[in-house]
Amino acid sequence: MGENKDVWVFSEKYDLTLEIIGKGREIANTLHTELAAVLVGSGVEKKADELIKYGADRVYLVDHPALEHFQSEAYLSVLHSLAIKYKPDILLIGSTKNGKPLAARLATRLETGCIPDCTELSVDEKGRLIGERITYGGNAVAKIIFRSKPQIATIPARVFKKLKLQDRNGEVIKLDVKIEEPKTEVVETKPLETSSINIEEANVIISCGRGLEKKEDKALLEQLANIVNGQVGNSRPLAEDRKWFTEWVGLSGHKVKPKLYIACGISGVIQHVAGIRDAKIIVAINSDPEAPIFEVADYGVVGDLYEILPALTEALKKRFQ
Amino acid sequence: MKRIIVCLKQAVDVTQLKVDPATSQLLTASAPKKISDFDKNALEEAIRIKEKNGETEIFTVTVCSEDAKPVLREALAMGADKAYFVNDHTLQNVDTWATAYVLAEAIKKIGSFDLVLCGEASLDSFSGLVGSRLAELLDLPQINSVRKISVEADVVTAERTLEDAYETVKSKMPALITVTREINQPRIPSLMMIMKASKKEIVTWTVADLNIQKEKIDAKNEVIEVLAPKTERKKIMITGENTKEIAEKLAKALFQEGIIRR
Ligand SMILES: Cc1cc2nc3c(=O)[nH]c(=O)nc-3n(C[C@H](O)[C@H](O)[C@H](O)COP(=O)(O)OP(=O)(O)OC[C@H]3O[C@@H](n4cnc5c(N)ncnc54)[C@H](O)[C@@H]3O)c2cc1C
Ligand SMILES: Nc1ncnc2c1ncn2[C@@H]1O[C@H](COP(=O)(O)O)[C@@H](O)[C@H]1O
Repeated sequence: MGENKDVWVFSEKYDLTLEIIGKGREIANTLHTELAAVLVGSGVEKKADELIKYGADRVYLVDHPALEHFQSEAYLSVLHSLAIKYKPDILLIGSTKNGKPLAARLATRLETGCIPDCTELSVDEKGRLIGERITYGGNAVAKIIFRSKPQIATIPARVFKKLKLQDRNGEVIKLDVKIEEPKTEVVETKPLETSSINIEEANVIISCGRGLEKKEDKALLEQLANIVNGQVGNSRPLAEDRKWFTEWVGLSGHKVKPKLYIACGISGVIQHVAGIRDAKIIVAINSDPEAPIFEVADYGVVGDLYEILPALTEALKKRFQ
Repeated sequence: MKRIIVCLKQAVDVTQLKVDPATSQLLTASAPKKISDFDKNALEEAIRIKEKNGETEIFTVTVCSEDAKPVLREALAMGADKAYFVNDHTLQNVDTWATAYVLAEAIKKIGSFDLVLCGEASLDSFSGLVGSRLAELLDLPQINSVRKISVEADVVTAERTLEDAYETVKSKMPALITVTREINQPRIPSLMMIMKASKKEIVTWTVADLNIQKEKIDAKNEVIEVLAPKTERKKIMITGENTKEIAEKLAKALFQEGIIRR
C-alpha cells in the first residue's frame, strides 16, 4: 500500500483542504493511484468521513490535544513521520501563511524540492508532476518539475474548486506519532476583519488605488457596484500603507477573473496587473495619461475618478431603465 | 554584543523587465538588478534594532552567481557592518533548496548569531521558501510574515499577519524571522554614509571555501519553461466633449461587450 505512489493533500485550513482534494482527485485519477488526505488536529475525527465524501480515498488521522492549534514544529513532525512511513509520491499543501513555511521545512527535512503557489498542476507522460506558477513579479508563468521525491507543491486558496459531496466510502487510518516540542510560543491572537465576500467569484469588480483620497470615498465605487451587481476591490497600498482594508488584488493578494474589472486611480504596476490577467475586459480610469494601466486595459478613460465614476453610474442606470 | 544576519538577495528589478515580443521570453540578463524589496525591509529592521538596543553587529549574506558588489555597497551604506558574498558561477540556476543550503553553510562559517532576518519572499522569484528552508537547515525557531519585532535580552517578540488573525509570537534567540513590506520604510543612505561604506569589508567566498560537496547542491527542481503570458488588450481610449459624454460612450461599450447585467 502506498509505496511511493499516492497523492496526499494537507492544509490546516479545512476549506482549502477540500479545494486541494478537488485537484488532487484529478491528479490521482490520471496517475491511477489513490488520494489520501492528512487530517491533523484535536477532536477532528468527525471530519474524516466528510473528507472521503469530498473525494479522498483514505484519511490519515492524527488527533491529539497538542495539535489543537497550528504549531509549526508539532505539525511538521506529524507530516514528516507520516511521509517517512508511507512515502507518498506527491504532497499538495495549502499555501497559507502557516502552510507554506510548513511545506518548505518539510521539503527541506525530506531533502526534496517544492513548487510554491501553483496556479495549475498537471502530470506529464512519464507521470511527473508539473507545477505552474506566476514569477518575475507577474511578468511570466513558469513550468517547473522535480528531480527528487516526494514532489511537494503548495496551493493557494480559491484556485481550485472543491468537488460535490458524494456518497463514497474510504478508509480512515488513525495514527499516534511522536510530536516535536514547539520552539516558539503564541502569546496572543487577535481576529482580523476580513471581508466575507469571495472576490474570486465576482463577475464585476470595481477597484480603487491610491487615487482614492479618503476611505469613505469607496462609496463612489459601491454605488456603481450596486448597479452592475459587482464587488469592490483595491490595490495593496490601501491595505498595507493606509490600513483602510485588509485584502487586495494582485500578485501577493487575490487573483481574480471577472468578466469586467474597472481600475480607478490604480497606476497598473506589474504586481497589481498580475492579479487581473484573467479578467475578460479591463477598464482603466486614471488622471495620468501616461499611467501604465492603459497599456493593459481594453477601455481607458483619462480623467478624475471623482467625476467619471458618478457619471458612469448615472449612464448605466439610464441604460438599465 | 548581539549579531544579526540579514539574507539579501540580488533580484531582477521586475518593473524594468522587458519581454521579447517574438518569443515571449523574458530578457532577464539585461534587466537591472537591485536588493530584493523585502530584504531591504529586513536590513532596515536590523538597523532599527541596533539603534534601539545598541551593541549590535549587522552582517549581510548574499548568494549569487553574478557580481553583486554594487548592490552590497548600498546595503553597507544603509548601515550593515560587513557583507558576506558567496559568489560562484556554479550557482547559476540554483533552486531554493541549494540557495538555502549555501546560505546555511555560509552562516555556519560566520559563526554565532542571535537573529537571522529574511524577506518574506523575493522580488523576482517570489517563492517565499528560502527563509523557512534555512530555518530548518540551521535548526532554528522560525517566525514568518512579521510586521513588528522587539528584542529584549535573549527573547524576540514578533507580530505577524495571518489570513484571518494577527498573532504575537515569542521565541528564544537565536531565531529566524521573515519580514513583510509593512514592517518599515527602508532609509535612503546619505552621501556621508555612502562614503563611509566604501571602507567597509565585503568578504567573498566560493562554494569551495564553504566545503560544500557538489552533490549536496544539485537542484531538486527544474524550470522547464518561463513565458510571458500573452494578453491581447484592445487599448481603446474613450474621449469626449465632457464627462457625461465619456461616461455614456463607456457605458455603451460595456453593454456591447455583453458583460454587464443588472
Ligand atoms: C513583491 C511585491 C508584491 C506586490 N504585490 C502587490 C499586489 O498584490 N497588489 C498590488 O496592488 N500591489 C502590489 N505591490 C505594490 C505595487 O508595486 C504598487 O506599489 C501598487 O500596486 C501601487 O498601487 P496604486 O496603483 O494604488 O498606487 P499608485 O502607484 O500610487 O497609483 C495611483 C494612481 O492613481 C492615479 N490618480 C490619482 N488621483 C486620481 C484621481 N483623482 N482620479 C483618477 N486617477 C487618479 C495616479 O495617476 C496614479 O496612476 C507589490 C509590490 C511588491 C514589491
Ligand atoms: N540568493 C540569495 N542570497 C541571499 N538571500 C536569499 C537568496 N535567495 C533568497 N534569499 C532570502 O530568502 C528570502 C526568500 O526568498 P525566496 O524564497 O526566493 O522568495 C529572501 O527575501 C532573502 O531574504
